[in-house]
Amino acid sequence: MKHASYMGQRVLRLEDAKLLTGRALFIDDVELPGMLEVAFLRSDDAHGILRRIDVTAARSRPGVVAVYTAADLGDYWRPGPLLVPPPPVPGLIFNAATQVPLVRDKIRHCGEALAMVVAESRYLAEDALEHVVVEVDPLPAVAGLEAALLPGAPLVHDQFGSNLAAQVRQQKGDYAAVRGSAARVIARRFHYDRGASAAIENRGVVAAWDGRAGELTVWDTTQAPIPIRNGLAAMLGLGESQVRVIAPFIGGGFGPKIMMFYPEEVLVPWAARQLGRPVKWIEDRRENFYATTQERSQIHDAELAVAADGRILGVKDVFLHDTGAYDPYGLTVPINSQCTLLGPYLVPHYDSEFKAVFTNRPIVTPVRGAGRQHGVFVMERLLDLAARELGIDRVEIRRRNYIPADAFPYDHEILFQDFRPLVYDSGNYPAALEKAVELIGYADFVEQEQPRLRAEGRHVGIGVVSYIEGTGIGPYEGARVTVEPSGLVRVATGVGTQGQGHFTTFAQLVAEQLGVDVSQVQVSTGDTRDFNWGTGTFASRGAVVAGSACHAAALKVRAKILALAAGLLGCAKAEVELFDGRASVRGAPDRGLTLGELARKANPLRGAVTPGTEPGLEATAYFGPDRGNAASGVHAIRVEVDPETAEVKISRYVVVHDCGRVINPMVVEAQVQGGVAHGIGNAFYEQLSFDDNGQLMNASFMDYLLPTALDVPTVELAHIETPSPLNPLGVKGVGEAGAIPTGAAFAQAVEDALHGTGVEITEIPLSPSRLHALIAQARGGTS
Amino acid sequence: MNGQHPIEVTVNGTRHAREVAARLLLSDFLRHDLGLTGTHVGCEHGVCGACTVLFDGEPARSCLMFAVQADGHAVDTVEGLASGETLHPVQRAFYETHALQCGFCTPGILMTLIPFLRDHPTPTENEIREALSGHLCRCTGYANIVAAVQRVVKYEGAR
Repeated sequence: MKHASYMGQRVLRLEDAKLLTGRALFIDDVELPGMLEVAFLRSDDAHGILRRIDVTAARSRPGVVAVYTAADLGDYWRPGPLLVPPPPVPGLIFNAATQVPLVRDKIRHCGEALAMVVAESRYLAEDALEHVVVEVDPLPAVAGLEAALLPGAPLVHDQFGSNLAAQVRQQKGDYAAVRGSAARVIARRFHYDRGASAAIENRGVVAAWDGRAGELTVWDTTQAPIPIRNGLAAMLGLGESQVRVIAPFIGGGFGPKIMMFYPEEVLVPWAARQLGRPVKWIEDRRENFYATTQERSQIHDAELAVAADGRILGVKDVFLHDTGAYDPYGLTVPINSQCTLLGPYLVPHYDSEFKAVFTNRPIVTPVRGAGRQHGVFVMERLLDLAARELGIDRVEIRRRNYIPADAFPYDHEILFQDFRPLVYDSGNYPAALEKAVELIGYADFVEQEQPRLRAEGRHVGIGVVSYIEGTGIGPYEGARVTVEPSGLVRVATGVGTQGQGHFTTFAQLVAEQLGVDVSQVQVSTGDTRDFNWGTGTFASRGAVVAGSACHAAALKVRAKILALAAGLLGCAKAEVELFDGRASVRGAPDRGLTLGELARKANPLRGAVTPGTEPGLEATAYFGPDRGNAASGVHAIRVEVDPETAEVKISRYVVVHDCGRVINPMVVEAQVQGGVAHGIGNAFYEQLSFDDNGQLMNASFMDYLLPTALDVPTVELAHIETPSPLNPLGVKGVGEAGAIPTGAAFAQAVEDALHGTGVEITEIPLSPSRLHALIAQARGGTS
Repeated sequence: MNGQHPIEVTVNGTRHAREVAARLLLSDFLRHDLGLTGTHVGCEHGVCGACTVLFDGEPARSCLMFAVQADGHAVDTVEGLASGETLHPVQRAFYETHALQCGFCTPGILMTLIPFLRDHPTPTENEIREALSGHLCRCTGYANIVAAVQRVVKYEGAR
């Protein structure tokens, strides 16, 4: 039977059997003979001078093999690499300060590692931590974004003379000039605060040095094994081929498992080499709250200039971005905020300036959404407020401002995080809006249901918001496709995978071209021995960039199969058909060979081949897009609020989503559903609460609330497909989309539900207690 | 304090006799002493639910128990669910409804659902969500997990 196309099919996941039966290898499942385990001593202070650290007693504890401080690292002690340099924006200021492996002199955030204990077990290593003597002179902490820039503020990094990490202004048009002609100028201050990425699996590193082979093997919960391999090799003075990094099954990534060169990532391999024994470190949940990167604190002073008919004349935004104690990831997050604010809208005049500030808090790097949330929140809230002031319906004001469906490619005239112009490749925003409005029954709700329920004293509200997600950025990824003599097809690629279904979607792309059953395609990803060119899984780019590379490699192998089969079958290449794992002559299915037979014939042991022939049915290909592509969508939400308890119940959640052509709708829908859950957490449950001393007050899952099955509704989802012209598959990324506009949708709906109370929502996260306080404040009382 | 204690635990039907430290967590015993690494550890304070196993047939957080407490008891882990290559009906429903993404929290959720479905053969959606609310999943947003349970109820209940 001829296979139907795999593109766009709900192919069940090939990786599930392993995961469901407990056979998948996660980092803490790596057990090696003679393996030692590590515990880190971490700072209780957010800011201070490390006067003395004495590990003598700890070293003599039972089972302790080594204790290292910064002084013990010698020349190996050096700050980590700057992972993302700043984009070439004129006038940009950027002060780079990257994390250190162990604190040598100054502590800059709670949980920063001071010493590393290596022992026969984690239990014994933790026992020894209590015997490390530390003397710290505490310094006042830089805990707030605004306080950070005040004159006389304590300095996180003395060498810069202030806590300014970066300052970037991007402009188009002339906002100041257009402001004067506006019918209304809506100006507000917006807050967005920090959350944890909270992958259920914490981080971990295992390293083993094989002295005879001269090879270091590192298992690492990284989204980017190849950059980690290359970086570790350079740091350790080894050749890249001497280091093998394996990203095994990873229990959720969400950004912070990117190629950070975390202290533990740098120290564990070094210790394994020093000690000649395998070494394992597994982060515990408490460590995860301090030592894994976080995101989201920003304060925006933004204004929107609108004409009387609701058309956007221009936007001005000045914001502060908290980069935490170090800024190894450059400006990706605030640049994303700056760019994503423009959304799907025509904004003729834009003036956006941000200052990134150092604080004595854990390091900020992208977390699912990566700054895009903030831009969407600010813009959507400004539009909501403008609609209210102008007496225009909230949906209508969006409709009036969309980039038209025939205006692509559309140039926003500023630079995106990939240093390329922010040019949208394709989209159809009005269509998405109309579909969402129809699905959620917007007109019926606002005209009939809401007035009726309000008359009954109930507080119901609706929110409809739009967003753009810049996805699928370069530079490149690669893939190698091999047909084995068994007929099995192997695909090797370099991106790490953390649950996105790459084992299945990449297999679909290859099966599509080779005419084999998808179950015959085995994907390897995240092992540098299998593939060692590429960057990693971030920016919703796996399907776009690595997927396109798999497709390109499959096309090359397909061409090899067709040429070989045509020669052997005595027909023209155009007459060869590939299906059911066979190459056969069109119209004569009996005249054919299996792909396995062809693979054997492509690897002769005797005789001669035509000069220039490559052996095997194998090819490697690379794909690098010209620039990122613009996925988009509309979220619509219905809520009911109990104004007495501030409990919010989400009754419906609709997403209309455009990620270009869809490889596997089952996977895409699940990515969106999961993203929405993350977004609901950000909007209403999750907030990392730091006090003025930089102490995190809720560093456990008992105090930091993740949404549960009772809090997350089943999303009703519809697709719009505007294929991307930037890659051969027409796909765009989807990984972060669900999480991006949730806060904006939630805020609009809750504010609508509380219509008449005077509650205005300009901050995320809310929480039941914060919302309760806002309601009480609006009523003129206290909470 | 670090003396060794003899214990006998029946895990997935196999009896294991070991000497363990009093403070050894049951989760560490299963994972590192017995090599049953399908039981995962996500928070070690009893909230995330990834380490859930059956203890004498009832779900329990193995990160909140010591191995010595399992002496003389029966423990079932995710490794014991499938028969050879044949998935347990709940595992199969997870596969068929795409109820897992990274799969890290999945074993614990399975171990909660199996006694839940034994005790609630025809649960409502809200009962299913209540049962799942002791587990944290960061990937799926829970919808397909609920669908998986509903699928088991629909197709297995009729058998």
